[in-house]
Amino acid sequence: MFYREAGDFKTSYRDDNQTFPIKFDRYRYYVVLAVAFGIIPFIINDYWANALLLPFLIYAIAAIGLNILVGYCGQVSLGTGGFMAVGAYACYKLMTAFPDVSMFIHVILAGGITAIVGVLFGLPSLRIKGFYLAVATLAAQFFLVWLFNRVPWFYNYSASGQINAPERDVFGIIITGPNAPAWATYLFCLIFLTACAIIARNLTRGTTGRTWMAIRDMDIAAEIIGVNPLRAKLSAFAVSSFFVGVSGALFFAIYLGAVEVGEAFGIQKSFLVLFMVIIGGLGSIFGSFAGAAFLVLLPVVLKLIGVDLLGWPTDIVAHLQLVIVGGLIILFLILEPHGLAQLWRVAKEKLRLWPFPH
Amino acid sequence: MNKKLATLALGALMAAGPAMADLVFPSLSYRTGPYAAGGIPFADGYADYFTLLNERDGGIGGVPAKVIECETGYNTEKGVECYESTKGEGALVYQPLSTGITYQLIPKTTADDIPMHTMGYGRTSAKNGKVFSHTFNYPANYWDGASGAINYLLEENGGDLSGKKIALVYHNSAYGKEPIRTLEELSKKHGFELVALPVDHPGQEQKSQWLQIRRDRPDYVLMWGWGVMNQVAIQEAANIRFPMENFIGIWWSGAEHDVMPAGAAADGYKALTFHNVGSDYPLYDDLKKYVVDAGKAAGAGDQVGTVLYNRGLYAAMLAAEAAKKAQEISGKADITGADMRAGMEALEITEEKMAELGLPNFGPAFTVTCENHGGNGMVGVTQWDADTKTWSLISDFKPTDGEVIGALIEEDSAAYAAENNIELRCN
Repeated sequence: MFYREAGDFKTSYRDDNQTFPIKFDRYRYYVVLAVAFGIIPFIINDYWANALLLPFLIYAIAAIGLNILVGYCGQVSLGTGGFMAVGAYACYKLMTAFPDVSMFIHVILAGGITAIVGVLFGLPSLRIKGFYLAVATLAAQFFLVWLFNRVPWFYNYSASGQINAPERDVFGIIITGPNAPAWATYLFCLIFLTACAIIARNLTRGTTGRTWMAIRDMDIAAEIIGVNPLRAKLSAFAVSSFFVGVSGALFFAIYLGAVEVGEAFGIQKSFLVLFMVIIGGLGSIFGSFAGAAFLVLLPVVLKLIGVDLLGWPTDIVAHLQLVIVGGLIILFLILEPHGLAQLWRVAKEKLRLWPFPH
Repeated sequence: MNKKLATLALGALMAAGPAMADLVFPSLSYRTGPYAAGGIPFADGYADYFTLLNERDGGIGGVPAKVIECETGYNTEKGVECYESTKGEGALVYQPLSTGITYQLIPKTTADDIPMHTMGYGRTSAKNGKVFSHTFNYPANYWDGASGAINYLLEENGGDLSGKKIALVYHNSAYGKEPIRTLEELSKKHGFELVALPVDHPGQEQKSQWLQIRRDRPDYVLMWGWGVMNQVAIQEAANIRFPMENFIGIWWSGAEHDVMPAGAAADGYKALTFHNVGSDYPLYDDLKKYVVDAGKAAGAGDQVGTVLYNRGLYAAMLAAEAAKKAQEISGKADITGADMRAGMEALEITEEKMAELGLPNFGPAFTVTCENHGGNGMVGVTQWDADTKTWSLISDFKPTDGEVIGALIEEDSAAYAAENNIELRCN
């Protein structure tokens, strides 16, 4: 009824190729953007920003990055935590070395550095595939964490090996450190997420994305029809690592402010982001958002219900959280192996035909 | 459990009443995860002391104390969530019991004007109150611990450690790395060789470290461990037959649950401490009467008198004393975080006061000043007896090497001040 193509005429190729070809979808997208940019910054407080929205935005960037590699190009990676650490440490070194440069540039440069590192660790993907590649990227994870623990230059020789984000601003607005207002940190991350999502969406429906998907579906066939596997795989690693690096930089500088590499960027982080991608839906930008929301927001919501609403002891709620989140993951994977994005797709199909069943 | 829920509900009802706001003491605890073994007794002790004050004295200065517990799982992200969710409730003081979370909260608490007390953990250079206005780490810190251990070994060796080899098995995190710098300085000063062996989170895998100890044969092993790492290390030390009396843990590696799994093999293991052990104090009679027997004990109620329970109790006691001081200074019963900070900075603990509180000889006497947020750093040594299953104090609380530590604190805090453009206070 609301959601259909009928009556939505397109008179140019441009119209025909837009990201949201259906009017309702397009307006929904504008409304989401308007709410995110125009309303939330005015009503946000510290709790909403630091406990819910910042982690959601940052993990969504990481999930988009990993989704490009795993979902679109089919290269399984367990090195996300390590690449996020590269982004964080690159951002830290840049922030402390060039205090006057805008944070925007630091974060983008941190992403660029991570892209270079990602390409280096992506080289083995030219020779190995599947589980073996997962193991090779696992090596990247452990090597990078070890490196940042081991070489004091990376953490500016501080006694504890921690890195702390000093206060930095963007156009005069403090963006890192404890005095940064909630709306500023939120908007900063939101701008990066929006840009990343738009770039990723357009990359994946253009030539680059098609070569990635060709490699994913069958690399030999792709090579025969003229796809260069070297370029396709390494570009996927580069773009994916860029996004992951940006998310790592934001994770450290904006969200946490102080980071310890083993704890913040350990193997659990790699798995967490991978779960987001799998639960959200492989090969879907919306899936990255849905997966990030599911794994970031659900534990907090469960905690709020259990502890604040029902007044249960904190340890029981913490254990229940693990049980419920784990159970839901299994349930989702059984009922909908293609993730939350597929649920959304099915819902859209249903909406299109509604109120008629066929 | 039912009773506890009922009291909680009752407490919530009373809190909802408009009569008077509570004094809120958030407890960022961890009762789950690989560090829960240490987190549970500490959280229980912390909560029980405030329950005792409420039941026996009707709160602090007539205002009931309220402990809001929030589960962090020793995880910094959850720690941030907990901090943000509790700070709006009128939190007076934070005690995160995690060095990682401490590092995160130092700038945040300063900006929000809420003090933080990191008793025997956290950032050591926070002792320098000129730089760290809202962070306190009295009565002792890690560098006191490192120096205390070396002083004890010096004593055992007639004042000479030259040519000895000392290994440090540490949790590969900010926490475990804290003492390295001090130990390096001390090794230069006293001429011993230091071997640092990192153990990665969570610390269940230590075979290679202990193989190296077996090969290198250090004269002494120091340990900066926490959670499951402690139990594994003590078991591994027993496996390679390392003499337990030469194995000294920091105060976070010296509780009952750390040594119990190794059984008789753990006999003679030593740990540092900054407060006394056991439950032979008048306060425990009150605790039994008002809290335990009344069914109001936190958690399972089975931790009373253990090392970490005592530490939680001690932390709560120092917080309550600081709150009393704050009420005295500000002249009102209903204090804020800023008042609490002033109270902590003016805190004075004397032998008489400890006796009056029912804990004679439990902890050292110390005075907090604007410049010194870290107390006097008196460190004692305890030893485990596997037969009687008790810890006993074998070396009394003694001062540490203030010269070496003072210089390092000055250096580290100056670096922090420069990095964050902090103006020095207390002029």
